[in-house]
This record gives sequence, structure tokens and C-alpha cells, in this order.
Amino acid sequence: MSTLDSTRELFRRDQVWPFLAPAQAEVNVGNQMILYVEDLNLSFDGFKALNNLNLYINDGELRCLIGANGAGKTTLMDVITGKTQCDSGTVFFGQNHNLLNKDEAEIAQLGIGRKFQKPTVFEEQTVFDNLELSLKTDKRVLPTLFSRLTPTQIDRIDDVLKTIGLAKHRFMLAGALSHGQKQWLEIGMLLVAEPRLLLIDEPVAGMTAQETERTAELLTSLAGERTVIVVEHDMEFVRSIARTVTVLHQGSVLAEGTMDQIQSNKDVIEVYLGEEAAAGEQA
Amino acid sequence: MTRLTAWFSEGRSTGKHTLPFVVILLSVTILASAANLFLPADSIFYVSTYTITLLGKYLCYAMLALAVDIIWGYCGILSLGHGAFFALGGYAMGMYLMRQIGDRGVYGNPLLPDFMVFLDWKELPWFWLGMDQFWFAMLMAVLVPGLLAFVFGWLAFRSRVTGVYLSIMTQALTYALLLAFFRNEMGFGGNNGLTDFKEILGFNLQADSTRVALFLITAILLAVIFVISQKILSSRLGKVVLAIRDSESRSRFIGYRTDRYKVWLFVYSAVIAGIAGALYVPQVGIINPGEFSPINSIEMVIWVAVGGRGTLIGAVIGALLVNYAKTRFTAIMPDAWLFALGAMFVLVTLYLPKGLMGLYGQLKAKRNAVMNKESQA
Repeated sequence: MSTLDSTRELFRRDQVWPFLAPAQAEVNVGNQMILYVEDLNLSFDGFKALNNLNLYINDGELRCLIGANGAGKTTLMDVITGKTQCDSGTVFFGQNHNLLNKDEAEIAQLGIGRKFQKPTVFEEQTVFDNLELSLKTDKRVLPTLFSRLTPTQIDRIDDVLKTIGLAKHRFMLAGALSHGQKQWLEIGMLLVAEPRLLLIDEPVAGMTAQETERTAELLTSLAGERTVIVVEHDMEFVRSIARTVTVLHQGSVLAEGTMDQIQSNKDVIEVYLGEEAAAGEQA
Repeated sequence: MTRLTAWFSEGRSTGKHTLPFVVILLSVTILASAANLFLPADSIFYVSTYTITLLGKYLCYAMLALAVDIIWGYCGILSLGHGAFFALGGYAMGMYLMRQIGDRGVYGNPLLPDFMVFLDWKELPWFWLGMDQFWFAMLMAVLVPGLLAFVFGWLAFRSRVTGVYLSIMTQALTYALLLAFFRNEMGFGGNNGLTDFKEILGFNLQADSTRVALFLITAILLAVIFVISQKILSSRLGKVVLAIRDSESRSRFIGYRTDRYKVWLFVYSAVIAGIAGALYVPQVGIINPGEFSPINSIEMVIWVAVGGRGTLIGAVIGALLVNYAKTRFTAIMPDAWLFALGAMFVLVTLYLPKGLMGLYGQLKAKRNAVMNKESQA
């Protein structure tokens, strides 16, 4: 490339130099899409955890990911949230944020919240403190040192405490909560951060039927305003909340559609729903 | 006025011992100082200058324990190399005191300290320049440990080194510095270190009044650092630090750059250690590479473990108690001290995982339970 060309490339008028671009630019959801995952590949010691995976998530959608163990559900979430580096492929949040060159904290600040399989809350701190830490605020060191809770933020925390049913336990240590309550607290920590996209890994594991029902209600009510991706094994639960279901198999998308379409899909029946679906037809 | 009262009531709130601590520390310090300066030597309330210096030394150790506790107890970073920051602060003060000797040294050289004359050096090395200025030396006592902690922390925490590996690295750091400072060519007095100090800011270091003043300054600085640290750790930053200790990856996923928090906390802790070192040297009258030795750094961790990590007051109490025990023990049975120290560490780890403060908390909870029962009955 000649000097002139490279200079032209450097001074292209349709783009801003990366270091000048505002870091927290609004997520551009121009095409109604909030997440673009394309040709994602990742292998661990020869085992292909993700294999040319393509996934598009609409803004405001509630999407369920299902698949057998090792299908790549959790790995996909790891890549999206920056925990794991992928070998090749692209992941864009909106049209303007390339997630692959950001670390976990940056991705979280963009508005992607994640709930883990095993509930992880800060056990030595109170429920209220857990939520305070998760608030959507300036998370750099100095602003955090001098920050004070504003009345608006306290109201926000109170609202979330009511939503997750822990209003009475606000000053209890998070470690003293029951398993189900911890799950709820973790969901609350996501809510209080007002994320655009929530990645939720097995939200109802270890919950009672009643708690499961309330979780389903909560997740359904979130969709529309926020985008939610749920990974879940409990088919009953998936059926109760899902509009679109994506089936992963061996690191790539096997099928996508409504629950009914999925259950009548031949490939899916073969690899995943096999016995259950067959039994269902007989009955 | 309301702000003042609010401030005081915060110091008294449950679970915090800031106000009682500051009041007790300062009143004991002032009483001991007054007893030394104004009472005749044959009075039973007379406090000898030896005791004053000893107490001053303990307070420096308490400050150092505070530094270790801030990163170990609150952030879960077990540093086995905090002696390095302490010694660097000490060396900065030692260099200033060396330059104050002037031509009163054995060789009477107005510019060069004795050991340089002995090594037949003709001029001051560049890093000794400016050290005759008190403000500059004190700046270095804070900056050098801070900078070392920043570089070390930045490298270690960014590459996410944690746990035992980090502890070993800090241990290696202090050991490397120990070996480096042993060398005569380094220009820090080699094996003998820096000693034979005469005066500080024009005051004779051997005079009772200077000793008492140093003791008072140490106590006041300890109180100030205690209050500031308590303030920092009870802010939201303190909550983030605890969050990092308990689940670092979770803290990252809610948007905190945990490595930056760890680096700055590490720097803060190193600066406190540096200040403690700078206060320590004029009181004991010597600084040598022995301060860098890994055993010293491990001892600091034991002080904090005994007192109770995760509580600032526990670190101070641990440092005072263990060092008092050390003074008594080494006077009675010098050989047995290391065994006693080891035994103490094992016992504390096994039976008092939260140290003496944990024990205090348990006893208090038990008493409250009994009292509740009685009031119900």
C-alpha cells in the first residue's frame, strides 16, 4: 500500500479513531438485533466445544438455549462475557461493540449481565450490600471510593428487593440465605444493574415448584424491555417461558423455532429429545 | 458541628472500634510521655526512655500489621514480602539521618558517609543526592515503596496471579532485595546497613525529648492511618474489596476491574508500610538488610493472624501482643522464642481462625445469648 493510501486509510472520514471513540457508546440495535454471533470456533485440546456457531438474538427477545451436556451452552456464554477467548469468529453486541476485544468488566459495563449455574453472591456481605455493589454506576476506583448512595439508587434497590422477595432479609448476610434465595439474589443483582442483555444459566436448579413458577413469571416480564437468554435443562420450565428455542448440539446450532416446532423436528428428536419425545407420542 | 457529631457517632457504631481505639491510644501515649518527661526518675510512675522507645517500636509494628491486614484480611492477598516496603521506607529515613551526620563521622568527611569513605568512593552516588533534605527523604520513604508496589502489583494482578503463587513471588521479591542490599557496591552500607545516627531535623536523637516526640508522632500517625483506613474500607470501595476477596470472578462480571482495585490497595498498603519503616529507624537507630529477611515478613503475617485478620483493631492488638511476648521471651529464654512463635501460629490457625478478635466476638455473642435468656426468664 502506498503512503497516500495508508494516509487515506488513517484519515477515513466514516470512522473515528478507536482511542477517540467514547467507550460507553450506546448500543446500536439498528437491525432489531442485539447480539450477533458468527462462525464461532473454540477447541479445548482438540475437542471442539464450539463449531462454526451462528446465533442472532433480537432486541427484547426471550430466548432459550437447550442442548445436552457438552453442547457448548455454557462455553458460548463464557465467550460472550469475555471469560474465555475463542479461536475464531466474531461476537458483536449491537452493531458497534465487538465483544471479543473486551474484558469481563468492560462487557459487564456495556450492559451484559450474567448469572452462573452455581449461585455466586458475596456471602460475607448483606443482601443490601450485594445489590449496592451491582448498581449501574461508575465502577472505576476513585469514583467508587467517594460514591454515596443517592435516594434514587436506594429506591431502585428497594424495588428490586421487593421483586425478588427478599425485602425482609435486606440486612441479612447473603451467606445465610437458602439456596433458592441465593438464586433470586443473584437475579436481583442482575436486575439492579439494568442490563440490556441477560445471560442466565440454569435459573431454577434447586428451586421448589413454587419458586420455579415465580422465576418463570419474572423472566417473562423482563422480556421486551430487556433481552434474555436462558440456558435450562428443565423442559417444563422452558416450555412455560419460551417463545423461541435454540437447540445446540456439539458446538453448533441444530435447530431453532418454537417449542412445538423443535419437538417435531427430526434431528432434535434424534439427538436430544429422543426418548422423551418418543415416549410422549406413544402416550 | 452536626458533621462533627456524626463523625464521632460513626466511630462508636457497632462493630467498629475507631473512637475507643484512638482515645485509648492517644491517652496512653500522652500519659507515658508526660510520665517520662515530668516525673523524677525515682517515682514509681516514671516511664523510662527505654520503655518509651520500645513502645514507639511496637507502634511502628502495629502500623505495619495494619498494612498487612488491609491487603490480607480485607482483600485476600497474602503478601509474604511486606518487610520489603517497610525496609525501603526505613532506608529512605536512614539515608537522611546519615547525611545529617555531616563531618561528625569517624572519618570526618563532610559529604560522604563513613562506609563510602571506607570503600574509597570519591563522590556521592546519584541516589544519595537530595537525601539531606528532610522533605525529599520523606517523599522517597513513601514514593519508593509505593512505586515498587505499583509495578509489582500491576504485573502480578494484571496477569491474574493469585494465591500461593503470589505469596511466593512477594517472598522472592523481599529475598532478592535482601541479597541486593547486602552488596557493598549497592551503596547502602552493605551488611552493616546505616547506623550511628546523630540527629534528626537538628534534634539530638539520644535526647529524651526527641525520643518522646518520635513516640508521639508515631502514635498520632498510627491513629490517623487507622481512621483513614477505616473510612476507606467502610466506603463502597471497601465493599468492592471484600467482594474481590470472596469472589473475584463475580466482581468482574458485575463490572469491576478487580486488578486495578488490587493494585491501588496494594500500593496504599505498601505506603503505610513505608511510613512505618521511616518512623522505626530513628527510634531503633539502625537499618540493615536484615529487615528484608523473609522471616520478618512472615512474622508480620503471624501478628495479624493472632490479632484477627479482617479487623483493623485486631491487627494492631496482634502486633502489640506478639511483640510484647517477644520482648519478654527473648529476655528469659532467647532460644525458645522461635518455637513459641511457631506454636502460637499453629494454635491460632487451628483453634482461633479469626484470631483474638474472633474469640472476643464469640464471647460477646455468648454473653448476649445468656443475657437474652435471663431477660426472657
